[in-house]
Amino acid sequence: MATQASRAAGRLMISPAVILLFLWMIVPLGMTIWFSFLRYNLLIPGDNPFVGIENYQYFFTDPNFWPALWNTLTLVLGVLAITTIGGILLALLLDQPMFGQGIVRVLVIAPFFVMPTVSALVWKNMFMNPVNGLFAWIARTLGFAPFDFLSAAPLFSIILIVAWQWLPFATLILLTALQSLDSEQLEAAEMDGAGAVSRFFYIMLPHLARAATVVILIQTIFLLSVFAEILVTTNGGPGNASTNLTYLVYSQSLLQYDVGLGSAGGIVAVILANIVAIFLMRMIGKNLET
Amino acid sequence: MARTVTTQRKVIVTAIAWTIAIAIFFPILWTFLTSFKTEADAIATPPKFLFFDWTTENYTTVQGRSNYFLHFWNSVIISVGSTVAALIIAIPAAWSMAFVPGKRTKDILMWMLSTKMMPAVGVLVPIYLLFRDTGLLDTRIGLVIVLTLMNLPIVVWMLYTYFKEIPGEILEAARMDGANLTREIIYVLTPMAVPGIASTLLLNIILAWNEAFWTLNLTASKSAPLTQFIASYSSPEGLFYAKLSAASMMAIAPIIVLGWFSQKQLVRGLTFGAVK
Repeated sequence: MATQASRAAGRLMISPAVILLFLWMIVPLGMTIWFSFLRYNLLIPGDNPFVGIENYQYFFTDPNFWPALWNTLTLVLGVLAITTIGGILLALLLDQPMFGQGIVRVLVIAPFFVMPTVSALVWKNMFMNPVNGLFAWIARTLGFAPFDFLSAAPLFSIILIVAWQWLPFATLILLTALQSLDSEQLEAAEMDGAGAVSRFFYIMLPHLARAATVVILIQTIFLLSVFAEILVTTNGGPGNASTNLTYLVYSQSLLQYDVGLGSAGGIVAVILANIVAIFLMRMIGKNLET
Repeated sequence: MARTVTTQRKVIVTAIAWTIAIAIFFPILWTFLTSFKTEADAIATPPKFLFFDWTTENYTTVQGRSNYFLHFWNSVIISVGSTVAALIIAIPAAWSMAFVPGKRTKDILMWMLSTKMMPAVGVLVPIYLLFRDTGLLDTRIGLVIVLTLMNLPIVVWMLYTYFKEIPGEILEAARMDGANLTREIIYVLTPMAVPGIASTLLLNIILAWNEAFWTLNLTASKSAPLTQFIASYSSPEGLFYAKLSAASMMAIAPIIVLGWFSQKQLVRGLTFGAVK
């Protein structure tokens, strides 16, 4: 039973966190919304007149906008497909009895701890470089012409790099979920004559569904804002071939100094992320009840 | 009863699993090996895997040319500083939500989580301008502030899920025995909460260490952490594979070691307790 005094103390303890987060959320976001209605370019001095939705019109008709939106979705869906399917298969494999399971786990997890700029540069130079990269050497050894990954298929290459970083995350979470599966249930199914395939589809997969949903939603939040990997590999190019929404907003606001236009783009990114966030919040909220 | 597994099957599984694991780990292994090669050996055809003249000169060159330790130190200050600041703010909040839950506790938790869903790029412009006008651009204190606020929701959530598992009866028993709130926190709660706080600390240092949106956009040189330091290798220095590898290894080695210790907490922290 909480007393009156401890309730008051509780409120006092919670308030710094709440106030700080509230300011962090409301002040910059409010400013972004305000800027998005101004004609505001850091290169053009003078006052910044209110122009209504002009920036949004410019943003949506910018020839880079639709490609960037398309690239964002391709990047998210591509990485999700690789990491979720790969993660389920890997989790099933790692759940089997084997020698040195601990070391295998440690090796598989490692890429997740590599900072994005490092993994992007290592892949770009040491693997995907068409002259000295390891892939080029493999191609030449097998008698093919080396493939210039980042010029010929920039978005695909970035998907590969990002998927390498996130596969461990998906695997780890799905493995954790798999290990919480009651093995007696599986044995009972086996005794009733269920084969390996039907055990997978009728028992394991439904059990994994929840964890897989969490993996997909959380990764989506992070993948919508992939930035460093693009910055150090392709700078969004060639042309706009690997520009996603985050990179587009960055280049409009910090490279072209168009604060108004960049802010409008930022708001579009926020709305897009919120659509995903609603589903994620609902899942986590349900979990809080129990 | 556990099912018996034939040795033959176990050997096959082991072989497959090790092959895949090494393939996934290979880029890191390759970077590690390359960091000990001369530049000539690093681009040799066919590639040299183990038989080359091992040298540590790349490490000394990288340090000498770009002052690695300054950036390493920046990374340490920024990641540890922001994590400790977040813990100081979050521990009381999580404590009160776990032990004195009110009607709105759940709403507050969900609202905190929702702030984490906001993409950083949505507030890039105002934060950049605010930092420019207040002289916080390219300062460590500026990054500590941003990363503290960015990770605060995760810290509160993780601590909350840990504190929730501490049985409330123990606290009540202590209260019955005449312990006041301060004593309750110091002698009863803290010892039980230390493991949870430690794992929260660890996971957040990792997240802050690898953060690569704000660190790239808000720093230039003197306060640049390792993420930015490595990004400066993007071209043309990146073509010097041995030096790039040495710089990369120095940037990732400390955190990979920490990361291996925190695998379990990672799942819990990054799924906000939805998967345990």
